[in-house]
This record gives sequence, C-alpha cells and structure tokens, in this order.
Amino acid sequence: MTVTDTLSDWNLLTLVGADRPGIVSRVTRALYECGCNLGEASMIRLGGNFTIMLMVSSTRPDAEILDALAPVARELDLRLHLDPLSGGLHQHLMPNVQVRVTGADRAGIVADVTEILAEQGFNILELDSDVAGERERPVYIMNIQGYSDRTIEALADALVPMAARGVSVDVSPVDLLIG
Amino acid sequence: MAILDILKLPDPRLKQVSEPVESFDQALRDFIADLEETRLAGPGAVGIAAPQVGHFQRVVILDLSGRPKTPNHGRLVLINPEITHWEGFAMGREGCLSVPDYTGNVIRATQIRLKAQDADGVEHQYEMEGFEARAVQHELDHLDGLLFVDRVVSRRTDLYRRKVYK
Repeated sequence: MTVTDTLSDWNLLTLVGADRPGIVSRVTRALYECGCNLGEASMIRLGGNFTIMLMVSSTRPDAEILDALAPVARELDLRLHLDPLSGGLHQHLMPNVQVRVTGADRAGIVADVTEILAEQGFNILELDSDVAGERERPVYIMNIQGYSDRTIEALADALVPMAARGVSVDVSPVDLLIG
Repeated sequence: MAILDILKLPDPRLKQVSEPVESFDQALRDFIADLEETRLAGPGAVGIAAPQVGHFQRVVILDLSGRPKTPNHGRLVLINPEITHWEGFAMGREGCLSVPDYTGNVIRATQIRLKAQDADGVEHQYEMEGFEARAVQHELDHLDGLLFVDRVVSRRTDLYRRKVYK
C-alpha cells in the first residue's frame, strides 16, 4: 500500500454481511484487481455479521470500483457503501486516556458515559463494546480510548455519578512508550 | 558526536541479533555518545537500542529521568543486558523510532530483575517495574531482532477477557 496522493483520492468502503470465511480475501482481491490501494481499516465480527470499514484509494471513478465489487457482494450477500473521504493517511491522534466501563446491561449506559466525556471535551478515538456475562444476567463492557487535556482526576470526578447508576468506570492514562 | 540514521521498518537488518560487547573502550564510549545524541534528536524516545542505528552490539540507552512520577533509575547505559526474572503482565501502548506513525498494544511483564554492565564494564543489578520495565523489554527485544509490531495484540480480545475473568 503506497502513500500516493492527493487527499481526494480516498473513499471509505463500508461493508456488512453474514460472517463466513473468505470475505476479506474476496473483497480485497477485487479491489486490488481494479487498481485500488488500501489504507486504514477496521474489520470485526459483530453479532454474527462481519463488518468492514476500509479506506480505499483509486484514480478510477467510483462506479468502476462498485462494478468490480458487485459480483463479490452478490455472491456473499454483502451490503456496501462507497463514500468520498476528506482526509488521508498519517492523520493519527494518539490517545492519552482510557476509560473502561462495566455494568449490568441496561439501555443508556453509552449515552450517559459519553455525554459526560463530551462535556469534558474528551475526544473519543476508539470505542469497543461488548455484552458479556450470562444470557439472563448480561454485562455491558465498554472500552474507550481518547484524547483529553483534562487531568485523570477531573475526568474520574465527572464520571462519579455513574457509580450511583450501577456502572463501574475506571479512568486511566494511556502511557505511550516510544523506544 | 553525530546523529546516526535510524533503521526503519521494513529494513531487514532490524531482525538481526546483536553480538555481546567485549571491549569497553573509547570506541564504545564514542558510539554511546552518538547513540544518545540520536535518541535525543528523535520524537521523545525514552530508550534506544544500538541495532536501531545499524550497530549490532548489545547496547541500550534508557532514560526515564524526565518522568518524575514514574518509578525509575534515571538515565542508564545498559551493556549486555539480561532479564533474570519476570513477573506479572500488563498491556500498554508502544511506539518506536523504527516504526514511525504507528502505535500498538503490547503485553509486557510488570516487574523484572535486570543484570547489565555499564559503559566501563561494571556489572549492576536492577529491580524494575511498570513503565521502566516495559521500556527495558522493548529495547532488549531490539537486541534479539524483535520489534513491538511482532508482539502487538488486539485490545478487544485481551482486555475484555481479563476484565471478565479477573
């Protein structure tokens, strides 16, 4: 994958389908054969589906990329979008804070936690969440990494009300080691 | 003194295993000075290993003196370093002068005992924990031809598992 490029070459390919082996290889082969370069990607299985968010760079028209993907999408029953992306590679922001959240699963945990973080000017860079525990007693688990210029103590204080709502929140620094 | 070129991924020389230092001479001291100058010229590295500049001897510089809140031994020159004891494990985020513009999560021992010689060949023992222990493990990997990208783990699989089964 080369660093081409003017920013306007990049598109974001969003792709979802029932999980099965071979999705990544078929999709990326089709992209390669139509002259695309790949950038940053997030691919993960969610609830039995495989999901792909993938930066795709090409000098070809979008229609050609979609045409190249169409047979694969049809065969594997994948839904996809291709949207222009402003921005390109090498735009990483490094997280400096990690927020881990666990609690008995109920509606509103994510909204509550992230609202407090937003009020603190916290910029979420990554968020993973899962529902674990037993089927009858599900546990919601969320891990957020982001950037904030507030202190760890200030963020933890702001999140104290979550404890009263039965949600445990741990705020810790992401200590980046460069060596 | 000179700022040396840093080897960067995918340079195959980064996979080379470095040789023990046998002569504690002026050439070694001159090299250490250059290595330190190179570390300081880069973006905030707390450590650097000789193979990162294409010098395949077991030499590491570590300097956590700028982190007063982190338990550490200050600036160390570690020659022929060897970890003699490991304990605990934790995930932390690492980057590397040899891998620009990328960081990843790596599991490292949280407590170590380290044996190393200094620039005069005198042997020392250190007990290290946390960030300093992580930094040592990262740098010692370089001496064995390993980069942190060889050890990156998915946060999803690891952290969650520990959170649930802790």
